[in-house]
Amino acid sequence: MIQAFAFYLFAAIVILSGALTVLSRNPVHSVLWLILAFFNAAGLMVLVGAEFIAMLLVIVYVGAVAVLFLFVVMMLDIDFAELRSGFVRYGFFGLLIALVLAGELIIAGGAWSAGAIDIANRTAPVSTDLSNIEAMGALIYSKYLYVFEAAGLVLLVAMIGAIVLTHRERKDVRPQNISDQVKRRPQDAVRNIDQPVGQGVEL
Amino acid sequence: MTFTQWFQSWGGEAFGWFLATTVLILMIALPLMLAVAMIIYADRKIWAAMALRRGPNVVGPLGLLQSFADGLKVMLQETIIPSAANRGLFLLAPIITFTVALIVWAVIPFGPGMVLADINVGLLYLLAASSLGVYGVIISGWASNSKYPFYSALRAAAQMVSYEVSIGFVLISVVLWADSFNLSKIVLEQQGHVLGFFNGFGFNPLLFPMAVVFLISALAETARAPFDLTEAESELVAGYQTEYSSMSFALFWLGEYANVILMCGLNAILFWGGWLPPVDWAPLYAVPGIIWFFSKILIFFFIFSWIKATVPRFRYDQLMRLGWKVFLPLSLIWVFLVSGYLMLTRYGA
Repeated sequence: MIQAFAFYLFAAIVILSGALTVLSRNPVHSVLWLILAFFNAAGLMVLVGAEFIAMLLVIVYVGAVAVLFLFVVMMLDIDFAELRSGFVRYGFFGLLIALVLAGELIIAGGAWSAGAIDIANRTAPVSTDLSNIEAMGALIYSKYLYVFEAAGLVLLVAMIGAIVLTHRERKDVRPQNISDQVKRRPQDAVRNIDQPVGQGVEL
Repeated sequence: MTFTQWFQSWGGEAFGWFLATTVLILMIALPLMLAVAMIIYADRKIWAAMALRRGPNVVGPLGLLQSFADGLKVMLQETIIPSAANRGLFLLAPIITFTVALIVWAVIPFGPGMVLADINVGLLYLLAASSLGVYGVIISGWASNSKYPFYSALRAAAQMVSYEVSIGFVLISVVLWADSFNLSKIVLEQQGHVLGFFNGFGFNPLLFPMAVVFLISALAETARAPFDLTEAESELVAGYQTEYSSMSFALFWLGEYANVILMCGLNAILFWGGWLPPVDWAPLYAVPGIIWFFSKILIFFFIFSWIKATVPRFRYDQLMRLGWKVFLPLSLIWVFLVSGYLMLTRYGA
């Protein structure tokens, strides 16, 4: 009973906050609703016994990605009237994408319930007495090792690409040299002198 | 018969469990609030002693009741909400900070078997919950609709995300050695870890540098001095707390110190043997584990206060440099070293 209650609670909040993400007038509110949706999706993951995925979802998406989202959105200076004016123009494409996604969801649901695919091929076979993390590790680092490494390489290339695209060498600024700053001692910078009255200081 | 079973014996399976868990939560949360009050007093006393001042000494014997007087004061104050603020989010932010600071204690083992939720992803839960703490700061900074809180929120976002990366790698080194994400198992794995005598990963020369990195990252993660740039009073008034008053301010305050105690506890659990005595010598086990754990927390809190009283505040670029250019590569190399060493010794190349 409690499982069903928890499922409907999490699922309802995910759908509600997903809808509010789209419907909110304020983009910062949208991001906050999105975060609530992530968080409750993690709750759903816990319910199906994938606690490792749930924790990763919270750490990576809620704890890092959404923070940077919020960071950027908070700094945007958004003209709401202009944002609304494009609604009709982009509405058609939005509707098209929504229809495609809905169609895919229905097909996926239909295929799942039809059960045409052999159950053994649906998911990788995992012995049930292992904990979540051990089971995933055993699969990722043996059966799917090359795919996993390839994913890592793609991410590395994407990261380098992002750095190359956004980094620009600026000639007009003087970067700080930390080791010089740390090595600097008071006697390099300060001089105590006993200056008689009425005489200038030699600099 | 365990505590939960006793409740279930007369309350029924589900209701008994519910009742027992509620009581256990209160048994953690209420002493925690008391501990926060006393640790704020300790913080002020230590800081004062190092600055050759007396610190709070008027309310109660030795000023012991100072924190309670402060608590009463803020409770009686009026909650002021700035007219330009985003009302809902403005009030939500301190609640988030406070709640998150409390929920992380669910997985902390206070002694052998003395843990509310003994889950096998305990360490990940801790990391997940502590990464939520930044939302209180960001939301308060934005919802205040005021310059300085906003600057503070941006600083906090960048700072906490940066240091979580190196904390993550430090945790991986520990997890590799302990072979578990469960905090109780991590503590038990440290029994007689070095030469069969010293209890704690921190005594291991290969893991000691990670203990230092974790201690410094913990300071940055909780925005304690010298990394308290989010509330640098010389630049940002009081940072994200500027517009807050009364209980909404007190919740930030309590949450912040609860987080500091948590980080002290994590230092103890991950590197210095948690509830175990420092050395594996039978008479020392006569002292209850919870006493060892609390004394380790207090030692780390003293170190935190000591650092606060002695080290000047970092500049923002120095903070970012330390996180990304020093700690991240260092901890990454250490993951490689630790896993390589374990591969050669434990798993036979």
